[in-house]
Amino acid sequence: MSVKKFVVGCFDDEKTLFPAVKNSRKAGYKIHDVYTPFPVHGLDHAMGLRETSLHTAGFIYALTGTTTALSFMSWVFTKDWPMNIGGKPHLPLPAFIPIIFELTVLCSAVGMVLTFCYLSQLAPFVKKDHFHLRATDDLFVMPIEVTEKTNLEEVKSFLQSAGAVEVFEKEAETGWWVGRYDSDKKMFEKEEIVTA
Amino acid sequence: MALKEQFEIPGGLKKWSYALMGIGVLTLLLGIVFLHPFSGGHGEAHGAEAYGGTKFWMALMHNSIFWLLVVTSSFFFIAATTLAQGGWPLAFRRVPEAISGNMNILGPVALAILFAYVWISKDHNIYHWKDTAHVQEDHILKHKSGFLNPVFYTVLSLAAVGLWLWFRNWFRKLSLAEDLAGKGDHSFYWKSLGISAAFLVTYGLTVLSTLPWMWLMSIDAHWYSTMYSWYTFASSWVAGISLILLFVIYLKNQGYLELVSEEHIHDLGKFMFAFSIFWTYLWFSQFMLIWYSNQPEETKYFVDRLGPAWEGGPFKVTFFLNLIINFLAPLLILMRKGSKRNYGVVVFTAILIIFGHWLDFYQMITPGPLKELGSEANTFTYFIYSMGIGAGFVGLILFFTAKYLTKASLLAKNHPLVKESVIHHT
Repeated sequence: MSVKKFVVGCFDDEKTLFPAVKNSRKAGYKIHDVYTPFPVHGLDHAMGLRETSLHTAGFIYALTGTTTALSFMSWVFTKDWPMNIGGKPHLPLPAFIPIIFELTVLCSAVGMVLTFCYLSQLAPFVKKDHFHLRATDDLFVMPIEVTEKTNLEEVKSFLQSAGAVEVFEKEAETGWWVGRYDSDKKMFEKEEIVTA
Repeated sequence: MALKEQFEIPGGLKKWSYALMGIGVLTLLLGIVFLHPFSGGHGEAHGAEAYGGTKFWMALMHNSIFWLLVVTSSFFFIAATTLAQGGWPLAFRRVPEAISGNMNILGPVALAILFAYVWISKDHNIYHWKDTAHVQEDHILKHKSGFLNPVFYTVLSLAAVGLWLWFRNWFRKLSLAEDLAGKGDHSFYWKSLGISAAFLVTYGLTVLSTLPWMWLMSIDAHWYSTMYSWYTFASSWVAGISLILLFVIYLKNQGYLELVSEEHIHDLGKFMFAFSIFWTYLWFSQFMLIWYSNQPEETKYFVDRLGPAWEGGPFKVTFFLNLIINFLAPLLILMRKGSKRNYGVVVFTAILIIFGHWLDFYQMITPGPLKELGSEANTFTYFIYSMGIGAGFVGLILFFTAKYLTKASLLAKNHPLVKESVIHHT
């Protein structure tokens, strides 16, 4: 990942956030992400994010679990170590089904949690900049990426007119990195409040 | 935008319901002529012919119990969502309300059929326990006779159906009164919570426990399973949700229910998907425990259905078809989000599920009385006959649901949670 420059607009209400997101997409600004204190319904559609593929991943993990359980048990009880349990056949399918089910659920659940954490860049001891401390409390934070074509002043005045309560420029790391909150100052570097 | 709140019955629906009811009546007449329902049972005829009366009553009982439980489960849907204070079904709640109106017709019909069998018919292949001479020789039935006897059967059935109807009609009355009430009057809302809670308790003590034991499980009177009532409930409940979904989509296609969106259809689709799996869970729990412990008095039920190997198992096809239609098909068809939002796909699956659970009831009921016929027990003719009776019940449901829909506005517009339903987003 890399350090990029952003113009950050902070909103204190969903009602101003939604038109701001819509208008900045219309104006062609590149929204890096929107950080909100709680899940906001419909924001993904407003931002034009594509549907997640997490379910497809979950389906594949589930199939992995199913085939692992079925093939391993079948191999053990027919080839490797056949046992006579209560006079049942060596391939007692009904008795396998609970275990097949458990392994299917286990693989898909654990796999999806790990995939979700990877996709949203969450892990223990890993840090990610969310541009404004109050994004975890009561502020909706929308950073707009600055490219060669971006006119800084134009973006700032756009955000102000869209109802932002706070607008500032910030250079920030876009990816995740290993660090600790108390010793790592990266988060607070080069930040300058323009208006209030 | 003015909403189309008043339903008018389209000619097509009327024609279809008359045609289906006609098929039902015709089948019933054929049955009365050819199956001799009121003759002496055993005695003069032998083999398959001696079972004519049994088949006549079985087809009626199968269909009346199944369809009554299906329409009752749409009031269960209302009660459960109301008690959970769920707002999302409000945009289409008048549809399950109208479907549950069929309880007023199917309830008495089912009771009449059951009581006619228990009290009037001389046949006792379906309920062995109503043959008093036989019960004296059979110590298991004698032991159970405190529960399985015509008087208790009648009293419990009457009480159960009577209570359902009472709660349903009370709820409906208040729901209609709310349409006329003032905007801020929420007294109905709090009352509806109480009615729902009381109904759910009644439902739990009847459909979820005692009634299926009596109506259906007592066909195989020596056998018992503690999963049985849950299993019956799961079957009728998932079919009931499918029926609600069919009517909602029908009304949408006719241009009504403008406030119902893909989101609501998606949620109903999720219900069909989830409860199909719930049904499978119960089916499997019942099957596996019996298979695993392998006790003769318990495996009897599945031996009658899968058949002992030397007899080829007359119900084998129905048995596995049941699993394919009710588990594999909904699982694979409804797994994706897109398919739960596609009207064509959910309609197809809903019809499949309703047929599948009708088939489930068929294989719960038929093998018990007919098992002595061996390979002749599961005949195509009887299957078609039972379908014909079923068509009559479908016709009744179409006709009376449409009628109940016309009686009120399609939107309970004064309910405090309507807005929550309109902006519903999954």
